[in-house]
Amino acid sequence: MTTTPTRSPQGAEGLRRSRRSGVGSGLFAGLSVGSGALILVVLAAVAAFLLIQAWPALTSAPATLHESIAWFPDKTSLVSFVGPLVFGTLLAAAIALVIATPIAVGIALFISHYAPRRFAAGLGYLIDLLAAIPSVVYGLWGVRVLVGQNGIGQPIQQVLHDVLGFIPLFAGTPARPARSLFIAGMVLAVMILPIITAVAREVFLQTPRLHEEASLALGATRWEMIRMAVLPFGRSGVVSAAMLGLGRALGETMAVLMILSPGFTYSWHILEAGKQQTIAANIAAQFPEANPLGVNTLIATGLALFVITLAVNMLARWIVSRRAEFSGAN
Amino acid sequence: MAQRIDVKDLNIYYGSFLAVADVTMNIPARSVTAFIGPSGCGKSTFLRTLNRMHEVIPGARVEGSVSVEGVSLYSSDVDPVAVRRQIGMVFQRPNPFPTMSIAENVLAGVRLNNRRMSRSDAADLVEESLTGANLWNEVKDRLDKPGSSLSGGQQQRLCIARAIAVRPQILLMDEPCSALDPISTLAIEDLIQDLKDEYTIVIVTHNMQQAARVSEQTAFFNIEGTGKPGRLIEMDDTRVMFSSPSRKETEDYISGRFG
Ligand SMILES: Nc1ncnc2c1ncn2[C@@H]1O[C@H](COP(=O)(O)OP(=O)(O)OP(=O)(O)O)[C@@H](O)[C@H]1O
Ligand SMILES: [Mg+2]
Repeated sequence: MTTTPTRSPQGAEGLRRSRRSGVGSGLFAGLSVGSGALILVVLAAVAAFLLIQAWPALTSAPATLHESIAWFPDKTSLVSFVGPLVFGTLLAAAIALVIATPIAVGIALFISHYAPRRFAAGLGYLIDLLAAIPSVVYGLWGVRVLVGQNGIGQPIQQVLHDVLGFIPLFAGTPARPARSLFIAGMVLAVMILPIITAVAREVFLQTPRLHEEASLALGATRWEMIRMAVLPFGRSGVVSAAMLGLGRALGETMAVLMILSPGFTYSWHILEAGKQQTIAANIAAQFPEANPLGVNTLIATGLALFVITLAVNMLARWIVSRRAEFSGAN
Repeated sequence: MAQRIDVKDLNIYYGSFLAVADVTMNIPARSVTAFIGPSGCGKSTFLRTLNRMHEVIPGARVEGSVSVEGVSLYSSDVDPVAVRRQIGMVFQRPNPFPTMSIAENVLAGVRLNNRRMSRSDAADLVEESLTGANLWNEVKDRLDKPGSSLSGGQQQRLCIARAIAVRPQILLMDEPCSALDPISTLAIEDLIQDLKDEYTIVIVTHNMQQAARVSEQTAFFNIEGTGKPGRLIEMDDTRVMFSSPSRKETEDYISGRFG
């Protein structure tokens, strides 16, 4: 059978830009540029708000701060007040990340490449549900199961101290009850597990079939296939996933507030109580009782948190882009 | 050492869909065998059963037997991973690992088998394999660049280099030249001629001239209609197949007449 190609009626006229598609793409371009700009505006507005509200605290002399704010330590500048808080925030988030990332990657790999299909879908759904649990509930769980009487936090801390006590991180007397930064970090880890797992799973599932088959055809076992094709392809995705988790861990308030016994030092002893505090938990703890200058001071610490989170995200972008040439994108 | 492949009464399924039915054929060692046939008749599917790559697709399975030098590939004590290490494969679409450099790509399969390899041995193997795949001159100055930075034809030759670097006994090639220009195609055909002294080669191709040029045997597959399984119509010496095939369908296909 042969068909004669039918020519479009306009002939070469059909090549000209038509009005209609011009309007559509113009609208789309406008919308996307607009929403991009909106994000920048919101970001700038948040930064401006924080800066303006924190200004009185930023410009007051340390002595004034100490006099008018009950909990502001004597002979301390604002910077040396925020310092330990920044330290505690980063340390807690780092603990959470170190615990959560390997577990999340393992679960994500299991769901994407090991579990039977039906089971995998159900498991993925369950993990997503974990993300829907309010953080107060995680806090309660942490207090009950890890910290409380006969909580499993104490024995875990004791074992870590006995076995790894020579590392400064695990030195110091383990807290009883276990209101330490380590336990708070553990709860944070559970909280950020779902988001890291979900993102990592999506990335792993997108590994091109072609690359998986390439490694299998070379005689790779399933694990070798994962190492050759899946993990390299998913690396930047896992970094982004971890950074999303980190963002959540940095700002998480309730769980830390409920578990951690606070302190304002630069202590690396994560098993001890009363050594560290996070910015978010500190704001929540002090805000109800704070006078105007106290609120300004707390907002100044919030500004520090904002900057940290931005920096973490930019660092993540940089890490991802550094190996973009070798990523699966091209 | 090249090896013979014997296929007997093979039925190939995707789930409940019978894609290829009732294939029996013998592929001699140290020779080139070409598979030809219309699109969708199951050439790729059949080829992938020869190194147990078919079963990596969920729900895919086979009935019947495939044996290499008398060892049945599908018996329960045979490890599919070991099978794939000895029977290399080049895919229809080039698939170098984008996260690895050109040199790492060539060594990918070798590293699976033995991790420890001296730097100079590795460099020698990279050069030898890339030369074998007729790619060395084009990439020798940028071996540490990603494999995905090459053109499509270069990527395909990189995949061939990767497959021959492990010195498989049998090399399966699924339309290796479909993305290549005539010069690269000729280079790969020359390569196939060189390789057949050591390897058993099976090549799927849509190009009749290519089948006629490179192969000693040709197998013609056909399909009666959509939803029907593909079947092996006939297999014979390439010269016989292209001059006086015994089946009319074969003659029609080869001479470009259909239906
Ligand atoms: N992953 C799959 N799942 C289900 N059916 C498949 C799958 N891959 C191929 N098939 C079906 O199996 C049949 C044979 O396909 P196959 O890819 O083997 O054909 P082919 O001869 O290689 O065609 P071509 O020359 O176009 O590459 C087709 O009907 C196809 O739709
Ligand atoms: Mg095919």
